[in-house]
Amino acid sequence: MSTTRSAEATSASARSPRRSPSRRSGVRGREAAAGWLFISPMIVILGLFLVVPVLMAAWVSVSDWTGRGSPLSSTVGFVGGENYSRLLADGGLATQDFGTAVRNNAWYVFLVVPLQTALSLFLAVMVNRKVLRGRGAFRTAFYFPSVTSSVAITVLFLFLFSASGAVNKGLSYLSITGPNWFADARGVVHVLLGALGVQSGPAALTGNGFLGITWWSWISGPSVAMSVFIIMAVFTTSGTFMLLFIAALQQISGDVEEAALMDGTSAWQRFWYVTVPMLRPTLFTVITLGLIGCWQVFDQIYTGTQGGPAKTTLTPAYLSYQSSFEQQQWGRGAAIAFVLFAIIVVLTIIQRLILRERDTVPRRKRFIHPIRTGESGAVPGAGAQR
Amino acid sequence: MSATTLDPARDSANRARELRADRSARRRRTGTFFVYAVLLMIVLIYIYPFLVQVSTSFKSEAEAVASPLGLVPQHWTFAAYERLFLRSDYPVWFKNSVIVTICVTLGRVFINSLAGYALARLEFRGRGLVFAGLVAVMAVPGVVLLIPKFLVINQLGIYNTYAGMIIPLLADAAGIFIMKNFFESIPRSVEEAARIDGAGPFRIYWSVVLPMATPALVTLVILAFQGSWNELSHFIVASSDPELRTLTKGVAQLASGGLGQGLQYPLKLGAAAIMTIPVAVLFFVFQRRIMNVTSGAVKE
Repeated sequence: MSTTRSAEATSASARSPRRSPSRRSGVRGREAAAGWLFISPMIVILGLFLVVPVLMAAWVSVSDWTGRGSPLSSTVGFVGGENYSRLLADGGLATQDFGTAVRNNAWYVFLVVPLQTALSLFLAVMVNRKVLRGRGAFRTAFYFPSVTSSVAITVLFLFLFSASGAVNKGLSYLSITGPNWFADARGVVHVLLGALGVQSGPAALTGNGFLGITWWSWISGPSVAMSVFIIMAVFTTSGTFMLLFIAALQQISGDVEEAALMDGTSAWQRFWYVTVPMLRPTLFTVITLGLIGCWQVFDQIYTGTQGGPAKTTLTPAYLSYQSSFEQQQWGRGAAIAFVLFAIIVVLTIIQRLILRERDTVPRRKRFIHPIRTGESGAVPGAGAQR
Repeated sequence: MSATTLDPARDSANRARELRADRSARRRRTGTFFVYAVLLMIVLIYIYPFLVQVSTSFKSEAEAVASPLGLVPQHWTFAAYERLFLRSDYPVWFKNSVIVTICVTLGRVFINSLAGYALARLEFRGRGLVFAGLVAVMAVPGVVLLIPKFLVINQLGIYNTYAGMIIPLLADAAGIFIMKNFFESIPRSVEEAARIDGAGPFRIYWSVVLPMATPALVTLVILAFQGSWNELSHFIVASSDPELRTLTKGVAQLASGGLGQGLQYPLKLGAAAIMTIPVAVLFFVFQRRIMNVTSGAVKE
């Protein structure tokens, strides 16, 4: 067998130059080798630090590894779906923590995504006015918070929103006593309900629950501490998304705007019925990026509150880190990471479906091409041509 | 115009139109004033925190708590900075951040441009597959990979080394896309001349195409520098050695009470302000380009 194969190989190698004697094939062959050589560093690194980790974590999430030694050694046992069921079904502490983290992050997403989208669109429309002087300066100012690191921004916000900080000082001029922001675990919705006289929820809500916590605490809203992180996220991301919207606005031809003006529309009508529909692809991108980003809150929590007060700023990403590195529950930590991934994928798909359903602009009439993702689809040449 | 018209009805109509135009101009002027007022107020909200940050770092601790809004310290003091630079590990953190950032930036520029060129220009079997794999990899959120990355770093025995902190950060699918897109925009004829002269693929890449790609490379440098300078989560899982602590990690621990008792706002804000300076300088130097990096995304 081996002799025939080698014979075949020699004959093949002997034949190949005869079959294609042109210089071109030599160049092609060399090009193919060079191609693989050129992408080999990328493949090794992406493979080692993206593909292999996922496979290894998949194994750890169904094992009882405690962080000692290698997770691949023979002493580590297979426990099946135990880590997942602890997390999602059995109602114990692990489920409660995970439920709390999901609730916190869900409120965060629910508030940050619409607010940052609306604010960045508002800023883009304001800054994009043709008559505005100092447009560049305004853009710079709005974008600057996006450049700084999440750690530095969190440190700043810890100061601004401290009990005796700038925000409370500012509120005191309006004779409002601000809360002790980062130490306040009360849910915002509960506070509002409390102001209306509702102190505790109906039995239907307090008696039943999901993921280990009651419906009443699901609807608590973000805690006051979490609200600060929400404000911070809107503050730091609106600049980036503003740039995306500005670029899209500049693509809209002035003719359309003019035609609408001729039809006697008001500024608000023009914005709502002309501009917004044409910005749909960008809106779609901004919402997708926002959704994906918001489910990954980690840096701010690590720097700022470590999940406190009363676990109201716990997020799945931080919980995953905490379970693994602090409690040595590596299986659970890895399982949380996978569930988080599933949440992000499912929500992104749902969002796509919802936005597509309402899509009324015919494809061929679109002026703006849909873009892939924020920075990845960037064409740097566009910058050079300006 | 109205002087040339003889018809009195048309004349009055014109006057009415002028009047209306005048009124709408006035309305537009008040509108513009309103726009400026709103914008300036938002600018104040966006910039004031950073001004407060810098000024507070020069205040005494008591003053930082007593007047958190004041922009000019009543008594200037450099105590926070003295403490940071002379009696803390801050210089070590800074050094580590510089080392990691430079290595990651250079490494990414080389690897991404090489891979981007191969994907854009060189024809080899499996290219489509590699590209599809790249797209799939990009879809995985970074935070999900935190624990998994630690497992591999640990397994490879590069935990608590610079290698463990730097090499995983070289994986950057977005940068490869940027380079690929750019190389595709360069006309092929540029390379033909070199090819006829007998230059190999690496030579063509290195001395012909790469020098032409400066705009894209600058973009890549900006993104890589900002990304690795501001990176936190990867360093948390890649090292625990205090000697290898970077600025982000060090300042994050400082924020949660790393350097002794008290609130220490001037110290913390000073530490955060200094770590912002390099990216701020980068931002102001390459401002126009940064703005276009993001806005370029929409121009396919």
